Amino acid sequence: MATWTWFHRLASPPHVYRISGAFLPWLALFTALFIGYGFYGGLVLAPPDYQQKDAFRIIYVHAPSAWLSMLAYVTVAVAAAVGLIWRMKVAHAVAASAAPIGASFTFLALLTGSLWGKPMWGTWWTWDARLTSELILLFLYLGYLALRGAFDDRARADQASAVLAIVGVVNIPIIHFSVVWWNSLHQGSTVMKLARPSMPGSMLWPLLSSLLGFTLLFAALLCVRLRAEIIDRERTASWLRPIVGAA
Amino acid sequence: MSGARDPVSLPSAAARVFGRECRLGVRRVGELLQPVTFFLMVTTLFPLALSPEPSLMRNIAPGVVWVGALLSSLLSLEGLFRADLDDGTLEQLVLAGQPLAGLVAAKVLAHWLLVGVPLVLAAPLAASSLSVPAAALPVLMLGLALGTGVIVFVGAVGAALTLAGRRGSVLLSLLVLPLVMPVLIFGARATDEAVRGDSAAGGLWLLLAMLILAVTLAPLAVAAAVRICLE
Amino acid sequence: MLEADRLHLWRGERHVLRAVSVAVRAGEAVHLAGPNGAGKTTLLRTLAGFLWPEEGSIRWCGRPIAADPDGYAGATAYLGHDNGLKADLTAGENLHYLTRIRRPADDAELAAMLSRVGLAGRAEAPLRTLSAGQRRRVAMARVALSGAPLWLLDEPFTNLDVAAVGILTGLITDHVDAGGLAVFTAHSEVPLGGRTRRLALA
Repeated sequence: MATWTWFHRLASPPHVYRISGAFLPWLALFTALFIGYGFYGGLVLAPPDYQQKDAFRIIYVHAPSAWLSMLAYVTVAVAAAVGLIWRMKVAHAVAASAAPIGASFTFLALLTGSLWGKPMWGTWWTWDARLTSELILLFLYLGYLALRGAFDDRARADQASAVLAIVGVVNIPIIHFSVVWWNSLHQGSTVMKLARPSMPGSMLWPLLSSLLGFTLLFAALLCVRLRAEIIDRERTASWLRPIVGAA
Repeated sequence: MSGARDPVSLPSAAARVFGRECRLGVRRVGELLQPVTFFLMVTTLFPLALSPEPSLMRNIAPGVVWVGALLSSLLSLEGLFRADLDDGTLEQLVLAGQPLAGLVAAKVLAHWLLVGVPLVLAAPLAASSLSVPAAALPVLMLGLALGTGVIVFVGAVGAALTLAGRRGSVLLSLLVLPLVMPVLIFGARATDEAVRGDSAAGGLWLLLAMLILAVTLAPLAVAAAVRICLE
Repeated sequence: MLEADRLHLWRGERHVLRAVSVAVRAGEAVHLAGPNGAGKTTLLRTLAGFLWPEEGSIRWCGRPIAADPDGYAGATAYLGHDNGLKADLTAGENLHYLTRIRRPADDAELAAMLSRVGLAGRAEAPLRTLSAGQRRRVAMARVALSGAPLWLLDEPFTNLDVAAVGILTGLITDHVDAGGLAVFTAHSEVPLGGRTRRLALA
């Protein structure tokens, strides 16, 4: 039974509010450290790419954003499943907090991909498999957020959007596969290559640091949004009164 | 007395639901013909908007027919559960004492039959008018038969999810379109290959795989969504 | 027997059910009374398994209903605000489909029930041609044909004429006398006699 205690405590909003508050400064600190090293190493120290010159440096933002767009969706879906199965309200709050962050990173990945495309292909948009997948992922996020917005009742919004998130996460591999298949038929192999195995350490280490830093940034943003979400949802609860002041 | 006496097996209960849907569909045959009419209209738009030149039409026809079929079957889904919610029959379905996923699967299956079959039958008409050679029509029809199945089953999840929210005609399409984009990719590709005289087997097999996945998993999500909307 | 113990349920910010307990034994009907907004419909929908109480338990024959929702649903017949009938089907077709997804029943049984609710010979009539009161009677026939031991009826007497009230009380009385259970909501007193226990929700 002892192994389940932590799980049950996770279901308690005051507990989650407290521990997310305790984690937050540490997350912020390490986010700054890793992104700081990643950007300094990638944008200043690393040599220019022999083909792409300085244009390749956008990878230090693009790749972590693309990674987070996926991670955030999986986070939403897992939190949604936990919320549906165990009827855990905090899990729904996590899903609701993570989705807008994920949508923002998806948008950022599309934006940086498009900026990267201009010097590489001479056009702002190309129907590259990775960019197209990312675009459909953005559509999935927008559908999720639209469904959430269509309900006046929060409990229903939580559950309905949870079902959609789970259906979406089952579909993402299929969508990705279909887009890669479509792309390979229409224009040969993908032009954009990320993290070539031959990438020298001076380029690779800052990239890995940036990936880790962005992941920590996601966790930190999630904590901030989750705390706000919990306050909003629990605004009538007695445990909040000393924290937010008498209403 | 812990339960009803002599309960009915799921297959025969599902057969009743299927039969009722079909009978209701026949009673409202005018409504049934709306999606297929819409489909024919959409495919007419393209020669008008571009040019009726046969070689251009033949190039874009697979895409046009598939986009038309996708949109018209999506539009038909808006009312799939709405009437049942309004007259209380959805509650009766939930309380039938049968696994809800099985009953909604029967309902969606009936909808597929009622909407998909007219689309499949109308497709050769639309495709021929877009200069698609007759040899490619069987592949188009088979692809549409499989593809509309995926669209209807995945779309049913969206139809059930949007039931309890504020009514918005675009919301359903917003949720479902990204999920069914692979259907469009596989289906249009298979048709395109058939138009060029190549083997279309790859796309058709992928459509069949998606259909199997959708038929097995989507009813579970629909059942969960229906229960949520009745809460 | 049905036991609901200390149910709590919130709808949004509203605490609708506050520690509500109900127990219904075989051969008993419970009349849920109370002013508008007291949570009668909410309680009935909770007992039907549509709503999940945040706290408290509902047991059917000693087992939590969440342990076997489909089995519990099979033991339940529900009459809501809406009749659960299709306007495009005839009265007979409606009963045919709704009864036979639950249990096998022969045509004679369906016809007998239709005449019991005063609609003999109207089996072929499309439901849309029937009056509101007649449709309600078809819905009652559907409940009575379900074979379910537990009836949950939301405002079954509202907008019924005297004859229809008599038919309905007859159906409920027969059901309860045969060992069935019934829970219903009603604004006014109902002529059901000593089998009924009244439970007032505040």
